[in-house]
Amino acid sequence: MTARVVTFSSGKGGVGKTTTTANLAVALASTNQRVVCIDGDIGLRNLDVVMGLENRIVYDLVDVIEGRCRVRQAMIRDKRYENLFLIPAAQTRDKTAVSPSDMVRLCNELRPEFDWILIDSPAGIERGFRNAIAPADIVVVVTNPEVSALRDADRIIGLVEAEEKGPARLVINRLNAAMVKRGEMLDTNDVLELLAIELLGIVPEDEQVIISTNRGQPVALDDKSKAGKAFQNIARRLNGEDVPYLPLDGGNNFFNKIGKMFKPGGN
Amino acid sequence: MMKINETKSIQIKGINEGLLITFEDGDWKDLEKELLTILEEKANFFQGAQIALDVGNHVLRAADLGMLRDRFSDKGITIWAVLGSSPSTEMNAQMLGMATRLSAPAPERKIHSISTENIPGEEAIFIHRTLRSGFKVDYDGHVIVLGDVNPGAEINASGSVIVWGRVKGSILAGVPENHGASVCALELAPTLLRIAGVSYVPAKRKGKNQPEMAKVEDGQVVVENWKIKS
Repeated sequence: MTARVVTFSSGKGGVGKTTTTANLAVALASTNQRVVCIDGDIGLRNLDVVMGLENRIVYDLVDVIEGRCRVRQAMIRDKRYENLFLIPAAQTRDKTAVSPSDMVRLCNELRPEFDWILIDSPAGIERGFRNAIAPADIVVVVTNPEVSALRDADRIIGLVEAEEKGPARLVINRLNAAMVKRGEMLDTNDVLELLAIELLGIVPEDEQVIISTNRGQPVALDDKSKAGKAFQNIARRLNGEDVPYLPLDGGNNFFNKIGKMFKPGGN
Repeated sequence: MMKINETKSIQIKGINEGLLITFEDGDWKDLEKELLTILEEKANFFQGAQIALDVGNHVLRAADLGMLRDRFSDKGITIWAVLGSSPSTEMNAQMLGMATRLSAPAPERKIHSISTENIPGEEAIFIHRTLRSGFKVDYDGHVIVLGDVNPGAEINASGSVIVWGRVKGSILAGVPENHGASVCALELAPTLLRIAGVSYVPAKRKGKNQPEMAKVEDGQVVVENWKIKS
């Protein structure tokens, strides 16, 4: 068994790449799969914070790349799951410290020992992004249902296509069902119509995410949280399961569609 | 229709399906002999032809038809149809695998492709993909896109632009001053549309999206619904 490398990217910052990476890592690890996360955001590391592993960092990604330590030494074992690891980013260097081929080499070294390698890409389309997608088998584009995030997501999808990484898959994060219902937010159909890629999941807006991020306990550990449930479903879909989408009290139900038909200006 | 040969009793003319040989009434044996004489004399003319026989009231046996078919095919000529008013002639023809009506497609009939050499073409580029944000097409000629033009994508063409999809990005057609250029799309909702330097200000859209065409008229960009002219 060789690991599949999944890179989470978005173009725009703040849409939830890191949150998605951390939550899917936990969700995949909870099903006894061996998972390693790599924080690709060198110079602005934060995946360790979201996963609550900040105070355990000794070595980082750049130390591995530059040969100051072995990969094993830089891998931090998760507090909750012994089959989950994190390779943190360096805080004091920048993206140019790593090259795309370094990342490919690192992932090839990790592949035999894991089921999943999740890479948290930095925002932007420069070196850090190139590094993050270079080893990817699957690219997951995370976006919010807002015009600016969609514009960047579209650009990222185009770049991923140009890299011949196959069609990217989409996670729509922070969908606010109430706002969609009032016609104040783009709904899933609007997003899919524009981006035209396979939908991997929809994560509803959930205050619990912020609380759990601050605590360093990914929300996917919480079965009562809607967002947590959504992340668990995405993890199952990554595993090839056919999981129905959660009802969002809006967006796709029948009456909403009828309402939209009568809305002036169509969609 | 041109007439190729005319004797008293046998007429040959060119038709869409090849050559049609028509026989007058009379003794079939004589006609047959005459036909074979013509065949011998003008074998080169008939070479490779697809022939239909209109035998009128004559009753031809399968053996007669088979003989004719063989003699003609020796010269590289195909008899593909036999027309006649006698049911037994038709039946015999069908038994030999020949058509009994002209409208039936001729076997091995060649489909002639339209010669493109005589159609004055213009330079065009065909793009079979959706143009996503950040993608720019610059082309000296026409641009055809099979896919969408998303917001943030841009097409810059000296000719016309045809999009089989949605246009939500920017399109500059007829650059710099080709007033004959047009922009067609299944759905035209551009961020920016300019033809020959003339900008289009999108009006508030109402109703269903439908295929539209934009062109310059009297110094303004006019957008019309695409209608199929009957």
